[in-house]
Amino acid sequence: MSFRIAAAPHGHSQRRTSDMMRWVCYALIPGVLVQSYFFGAGVWMQIMLAIITAYVTESLCLVARNRDARSGLRDNTALVTAVLLAISIPTLAPWWIIVLGTAFAIVVVKHIYGGMGQNLFNPAMAGYVLLLVSFPVQMTNWLPPTTISQYDLTLWQTLHTILFEYTPAGYSVEQLRTTIDGITMATPLDTVKTALDQSYTLSEIYQRPQFSVLAGVGWQWVNLAFLLGGFILLQQRIISWHIPGGLLAGLLVPALLAHLFAPSIMPGPIFHALSGATMLGAFFIATDPVSAATSNKGRFIFGLMIGLLVWVIRSWGGYPDAVAFAVLLANLSVPLIDQYTRPKVYGHQSGGQNG
Amino acid sequence: MNEYKQLTRQGLWENNPALVQLLGLCPLLAVTASVTNALGLGLATLFVLIGSNITVSLVRQWVPQEIRIPVFVMVIATFVTIIQLLMNAYVFELYQSLGIFIPLIVTNCAIIGRAEAYASKNSVQKAAFDGLAMGVGFALVLAVLGAMREIIGNGTLFDGAELLLGDWAAQLRLELFQVDYPLLLAILPPGAFIGMGFIIALKNLIDAKLEAKAEKAEKSVTRARVTAES
Repeated sequence: MSFRIAAAPHGHSQRRTSDMMRWVCYALIPGVLVQSYFFGAGVWMQIMLAIITAYVTESLCLVARNRDARSGLRDNTALVTAVLLAISIPTLAPWWIIVLGTAFAIVVVKHIYGGMGQNLFNPAMAGYVLLLVSFPVQMTNWLPPTTISQYDLTLWQTLHTILFEYTPAGYSVEQLRTTIDGITMATPLDTVKTALDQSYTLSEIYQRPQFSVLAGVGWQWVNLAFLLGGFILLQQRIISWHIPGGLLAGLLVPALLAHLFAPSIMPGPIFHALSGATMLGAFFIATDPVSAATSNKGRFIFGLMIGLLVWVIRSWGGYPDAVAFAVLLANLSVPLIDQYTRPKVYGHQSGGQNG
Repeated sequence: MNEYKQLTRQGLWENNPALVQLLGLCPLLAVTASVTNALGLGLATLFVLIGSNITVSLVRQWVPQEIRIPVFVMVIATFVTIIQLLMNAYVFELYQSLGIFIPLIVTNCAIIGRAEAYASKNSVQKAAFDGLAMGVGFALVLAVLGAMREIIGNGTLFDGAELLLGDWAAQLRLELFQVDYPLLLAILPPGAFIGMGFIIALKNLIDAKLEAKAEKAEKSVTRARVTAES
């Protein structure tokens, strides 16, 4: 039986979940390309591992729950979860990190709650938080961008490091991160946080080799590429502007005010916008249709809340970046947001209970 | 005798304070990072529960209805103080690792709940047995959750049992597998919530299976009768 859409005022895009999720993957391509240019081909290997794990666990879960495994796999949601998680973790993290994280995301966060469309939390970010909380060392081992790193890893060396935690020559990831001066190179957000604690000013910190004109070397281009991918999604109407707009407003407006108030210790909006997972979070992670708020107003508030939380945690929290924590906290408040942002029904005075 | 069987069933399974009533979750979630800690707190709670049930049952004729709750709280606080001093004297290291959660047994709703719901209405014998059944039910859940979290997070079982049971228990320590990087989440509070969710889900699953089985058995019995009559 087919329910065709009848005459006019109905708009219908005829797009299925699987098409939308495929578009999300296409839009991720520019970001992943730039990321693999700056952080090595390990990104692709992590993505492959994540996809394999996601499909194996997803089909096992579907079979265990007596669901049709084929149609379940075809909706591509597991694919998007896997790719997002794989992009978020350090390029040279050992293989069991991504396998464990993806399996947790699919089995516990998605299927225990009832599968596709039922999960309370964003699966990729819940998996990420599991990994970050459990394995802080492996999850913060970001390599310096290849342009300023003293080591240049071949494909085989990268694969060897992911599988055995050492390069064929016996270097650990920790050693690969050290520069020629013997100083370990941290991510820009991490550097800013630690150096500010040591009473350096921002203008001094920006002199260090991992900073460039706008933000961190490499990271700024990764973020700009994800921003481009975000525009593709907006143009294709896969997502609306409310969540990314709210998120960026919630992050950048306080950042701007704080920067004007204390320019030497509060990083400005451009640094925040182009560091860490800001753009990936704004356009790809927070816009997950299942765990986000429902109405447009609600979505804007949802995004605003994530942005504000990211700024607060980056500025005063214990972790350098905070997209995952912020998204999970906002996921928790979605029922409340939905309760208070019910749209007005046509002809009624006001929405919600008063109507 | 049937009453006692019923009490055992209620305490250990059907009305288990941790799994069904969901009382006393704060200590349950906070101290179950290892079996030793879990058992320590479980036994302490068991002792307090039996003691307070007996005392409340003894004084039930003389306590006016209006002030019963303050009286119960005083009785429970007395027993908690006793167990706290005893643990401080005999199992000092365990006392230190449990910390604030020993005095917090006072606020465990499972204890005041039993005092109010059962002990204040029944004879001393029955109240004591109810305390035992409920306490054992609570301690068992604590131990299972503690074992789960210790195995997943650390790969060991009964680590530090000598703190609770004396020096001979050091041999109880089992090293199930060696981990270079422990799964910290299982040891941290979120692991307790997730683990507790899984245990409750497992209990509900078993209940549903049992119910389905019982229904089936009942049906076949009626059919047999019908054939016999006709």
